[in-house]
Amino acid sequence: MAEQVLTDFIRALRSADVRVSTGEAIDAAEAVKLIGYADRQRLSDTLRCVLAKSPAEKLAHDRLFELYFSRAPIPHAETPPDQADSEQDASEGPGDMLDLLESGDETAIAMAMERAGQEAGLQEIRFSTQISYYAQQMMKSLGVERLEGEMMQAFRERTEDGQAYAEELIEGRKQMFSRAREHAKQAFETYGAGATLAFREDVLAETALTALDVRDLSRMQALVQKIAKRLAVKHSRRRRKKNRGQLDVRKTLRANAGFDGVPFDLAWKQTRRDRAKIVAVCDVSGSVARVVRFFLMLLYSLNEVVPDIESFAFSGRLEDVGDTLETDDFAAAMDKIVNSIGMSSTDYGQSLSDLKMNHWNVLDRRTTLIILGDGRSNYGDPRLDLFREAAARVKRVIWLTPEGESLWGSGDSELLRYRPHCHTMKHVTTIKDLERILDEALSRYQ
Amino acid sequence: MESLISASQFGQSACLKVILAGGRAPGYEKSMTKTGYEPLTSIDAITAGLASVGYISTREISTAIYLAHNLRKPILIEGPAGVGKTDLAASMARFLDVSLNRLQCYEGLDEGKALYEWKYGKQLLYTQLLKEKLGEVMDGAGTLNAAFDKLTSFEDLFYSETFLEPRPLLTAMKQDHGSVLLIDEIDKSDEEFEAYLLEVLSDYQVTVPEIGTIRAQVPPLVILTSNNIRELGDALKRRCLHLHIDFPEAEREQAIVRARVPDVSDALLKQLVDFVQGLRDLDIRKRPSISETVDWARTLLLMHATELDEDMVRSTLNVLLKHESDIQAVDKDVRTLARAAASAG
Repeated sequence: MAEQVLTDFIRALRSADVRVSTGEAIDAAEAVKLIGYADRQRLSDTLRCVLAKSPAEKLAHDRLFELYFSRAPIPHAETPPDQADSEQDASEGPGDMLDLLESGDETAIAMAMERAGQEAGLQEIRFSTQISYYAQQMMKSLGVERLEGEMMQAFRERTEDGQAYAEELIEGRKQMFSRAREHAKQAFETYGAGATLAFREDVLAETALTALDVRDLSRMQALVQKIAKRLAVKHSRRRRKKNRGQLDVRKTLRANAGFDGVPFDLAWKQTRRDRAKIVAVCDVSGSVARVVRFFLMLLYSLNEVVPDIESFAFSGRLEDVGDTLETDDFAAAMDKIVNSIGMSSTDYGQSLSDLKMNHWNVLDRRTTLIILGDGRSNYGDPRLDLFREAAARVKRVIWLTPEGESLWGSGDSELLRYRPHCHTMKHVTTIKDLERILDEALSRYQ
Repeated sequence: MESLISASQFGQSACLKVILAGGRAPGYEKSMTKTGYEPLTSIDAITAGLASVGYISTREISTAIYLAHNLRKPILIEGPAGVGKTDLAASMARFLDVSLNRLQCYEGLDEGKALYEWKYGKQLLYTQLLKEKLGEVMDGAGTLNAAFDKLTSFEDLFYSETFLEPRPLLTAMKQDHGSVLLIDEIDKSDEEFEAYLLEVLSDYQVTVPEIGTIRAQVPPLVILTSNNIRELGDALKRRCLHLHIDFPEAEREQAIVRARVPDVSDALLKQLVDFVQGLRDLDIRKRPSISETVDWARTLLLMHATELDEDMVRSTLNVLLKHESDIQAVDKDVRTLARAAASAG
């Protein structure tokens, strides 16, 4: 019983995105054996320490602990007679609903609910739509059929007493059902809510950016942050590569000077890897309004995790938005940028020359230049010469556009003319696409 | 010659057990030997013990230590700089009266600096000594084969413990009565090193290829700290208990300052802690840490302050805030914060 409580709690944690390994589960069991279930505060501290390993996980743990242990009866391992009793009960089959109603014993009802929940497999609940189904299953295992039989019997008697008894039974059944529902709902919040969220995030990651709704924004932001963090973790690794086989003579001599020059310690030559440096230039004009949010969101999140990133936004003129993204929170930063920069009509040529005038020195040979925009420049001069010059200065040029390939070059779109100077030009439809392309871009630094 | 051979037989210290590859040591049943961990009987005992050496613990911190001792697991402590992560390890060592072995991590740290190193210089010296003695040793060996046999009959001289220079990790393993091993700012080390630590942390043993596996008889109490400069690997996190220490509540901070600066008056103490707590809520680059609160309390005491006033705060603000931009940013809030603190006190 005690183990079951812990196992279920760990299952709940896992569904809420807390990663618990088998080893940690064993640690938790040992820790609980040491601490006991008696002191709830202490139990919470213990599990928090053993199972939750980041601030986010600790939050999830606290929420679930409250939810879970407010419901689960705390097992008393040290009172064997009790246990024997409950085992006996179990062998008689689940407590019958009729008896329960008659006795009106609250603890017995709660225990029966718990047992029925386990029999119905409540830990498997994933979606809120399943609550009613599970409540029905619980009713069944609580013995609703016998109650219903009794009820029919009472109706059939066609006496006043019988009628009253039947109505009493109906009322009782209703009560039990609402309790079962409540129980199932709580189980959903414990086990299912996290899983649903994860599912929704998967869906969001695959949804076209243009089809996303404003109300998805906050969830999207969390998702984008996760992606940005994942990228940063993956690419912030090892910056030096040992070049085995090539002896660094100077270093070896220096290191072994103390040993009379006898080379005990060999030092090998190393090649230093470039650290990723990103310069992002984002079109924030009306024509890309629908996706600009997500571009900016990505810039914002990358800003938090990539140490070396310069961000610029433009429509008519180009401006440095790095400070805004760094200091303000996302919503404020976005309003500020869209309102101050996004109001004029797009001019890629002018923006490029602004870049050249004021910020040309940020482009160097370890830079990846990312341009986010549709390349629609209102028939102005695209300044291909400047673009070519920029492309020559940097390591890679990546152009991400929200328009499909068939539209490139149509109307005032200059994409086809910019294309020869880019290493990659991609149509970005989903957040997943963005992740893939950035991942690839950052891999070039390995 | 005699002296040479006896050097090779340098005994292993009592606490150290050398198990040659393949051999497996018995579990860590609590041996009869007295360890320094005896005061760790209950969570409350830990809180009291830490208080006796001037560290004001919390329920969570004490629970973590209690678990770490009983489950024999390292504790990974995360949290902002200056909340007493490192100090906890030092205080534990003082409380238990065992040695503190500190390993400061940095980029490029390798096992030679963390675990052990061979004393090359000494080995070199011995080689030269040996060269001269070789004739005597080989005296009587008529053939090359006989000489070779004679040579191999000696124990491996150079790769024995005599020439092993223990570094913090190995030193911690060798303590008779237990020790506190502090691996500070693990997030600053490279990932390779993190992987290297796994063996040490999960089995409390160190493998020296030339000698074998050295296992701690009394495992040290291991405390790792991280400021989250980079995300630590999952494998490491899984092996550790996790403790997050945040800036303290006003009450605890008062207790800490009181413990460090006993002369400060109650009124001033409450006011200055309230002020610092208010400061932490502002949007600044570096929030003042506990040690800065303590420094500030000392400063105010030196200036014979009995309560906070605005001018005094302004002139000593650089004790609390270490960035010019932060000092400018809070300038307009100083008055309100100081007044609020003063009126509350």
